[in-house]
Amino acid sequence: MNMKVNIAGVEWKNPVTVASGTFGSGAEFADFVDLGRLGAVTTKGVANIPWSGNPTPRVAETYGGMMNAIGLQNPGIDLFCERDIPFLRQYDTKIIVNVCGKSTEDYCEVVERLANEDVDMLEINISCPNVKEGGIAFGQNPKAAEDITKAVKKYAKQPVIMKLSPNVTDIAEMAKAVEAGGADAVSLINTLTGMKIDIHRRTFALANRTGGVSGPAVHPIAVRMVYQVANAVKVPVIGMGGISNAEDAIEMILAGASAVSVGTANFHNPAVTMEIVQGIEDYMKKYHVEDISDLVGIVK
Amino acid sequence: MAERKKEAAVVVSQTQLADGIFSMWLQTEAAFSAKPGQFISMYTNDGSKLLPRPISICEIDREQGRLRMVYRVTGEKTGTEQFSRLKAGDAIPVIGPLGNGFPIEKATGKKAFLMGGGIGVPPILELAKQLECEKKQIVVGYRGADTFLKEEFEQNGELYISTEDGSIGTKGNVMDAIRENGLDAEIIYACGPTPMLRAIKQYAEENGMECYISLEERMACGIGACLACVCKSKEIDHHSNVHNKRICKDGPVFLSTEVEI
Repeated sequence: MNMKVNIAGVEWKNPVTVASGTFGSGAEFADFVDLGRLGAVTTKGVANIPWSGNPTPRVAETYGGMMNAIGLQNPGIDLFCERDIPFLRQYDTKIIVNVCGKSTEDYCEVVERLANEDVDMLEINISCPNVKEGGIAFGQNPKAAEDITKAVKKYAKQPVIMKLSPNVTDIAEMAKAVEAGGADAVSLINTLTGMKIDIHRRTFALANRTGGVSGPAVHPIAVRMVYQVANAVKVPVIGMGGISNAEDAIEMILAGASAVSVGTANFHNPAVTMEIVQGIEDYMKKYHVEDISDLVGIVK
Repeated sequence: MAERKKEAAVVVSQTQLADGIFSMWLQTEAAFSAKPGQFISMYTNDGSKLLPRPISICEIDREQGRLRMVYRVTGEKTGTEQFSRLKAGDAIPVIGPLGNGFPIEKATGKKAFLMGGGIGVPPILELAKQLECEKKQIVVGYRGADTFLKEEFEQNGELYISTEDGSIGTKGNVMDAIRENGLDAEIIYACGPTPMLRAIKQYAEENGMECYISLEERMACGIGACLACVCKSKEIDHHSNVHNKRICKDGPVFLSTEVEI
């Protein structure tokens, strides 16, 4: 039985990674999970310089999920390279570094800095606002998404995963745009922009007013989008959005994902990824699936 | 390698102490290493509510492996309301103990204030039980006459009470109680709402007193990964390289001069 997957030339021991921002750089979770049993660890987004993030409150619970507006607080690429990469390298897992930025130059600076670091893949968060273009996210305009992909590809030594925003009219069009720009893989979905109002205090639940909705409540939307994207592009798709157990993960794989990321569920149970890896293996045994790739996108 | 886990704690008993205030004893592994000022993440059994509720520890019974959690029900249909309906024998998922507790060793040979306000009162009880100091002055503030845990505090130090409506003790807040009773101390431990902690921090700094405050903020992971529950710190924090300490992991107890609130 084979659980190994090949994502843009990088072999993972199984198809399970974590969604950026829900797992730090793994250190806080190492008490709860064996990082070496993950196919890959996807780090929290890192920028060229440290970012302080948004005012608090930064999170709120929603029905069957949560909202966050952390604001991509991160230590900057220098401390990240010095501390987080060597930490993760102790484990037998692939390292995917999530990259964020406020301008094309910011992204390229981080990607260039990572070119000679011992990391396996890069994931580019294009849901960040482009400050120079009036704050519209790179991932909300096909031309901007294609351009940022081309730009980072010039500097990247590792395969590039473009992480797509679901806050668009046609996510398949965005996927095609980044594929045209040279993306080696795509991951989706990032969080859905939402708002929550505290009716007792009569104000916004988050200091940022809006935040990204995630968790089981968004899972069916994510499955639909993964299905649409997997049928629109040739590059591998990493599916995420509300995956809370092995059944959700398998559903995403059947819809077309070659690998899956677990996000919000890590907050409900820090060891959930271990249960998901085991549950996928159990499913394969039960249905006599020889190779995990035999499941990818077979529901048409 | 992975030595910690979410655990099914068992409710030993549950009683209501005051309007909206409940006391629950839990049988849990967390009791064996818990310290005053630490918290545990408590989860509902309701799939629509995913995030843990961080609740500070009120009492620790290490011999029997039990923790006492005293908490406020925050409203109808909330997770804490669900906790309040649990009965002896029911299971409740928890992770803990989490965070750093109060540094009790700093009080040796000193006159101390142990200050709590509102739902920040409960963690002061285990602190009062464990603290060894020259003079133990417990100053706790309530809204009204529902002075929960009063008898337990009386057995563990000199007790001073303030109530917002003046029904018991000093009318006003904990700072009013200190002034009215002419109290003084060299070290302060405090937990309560931010305006109260802000006043205590200012008082301590004006008088050159060592002061430890326990902060709270909305959390998602409770273990230092998600960066939701940050507070402004004076020094650059070691984790994110900015001026944000994580309340769940670097706190919840901070030296007052380390943080801006």
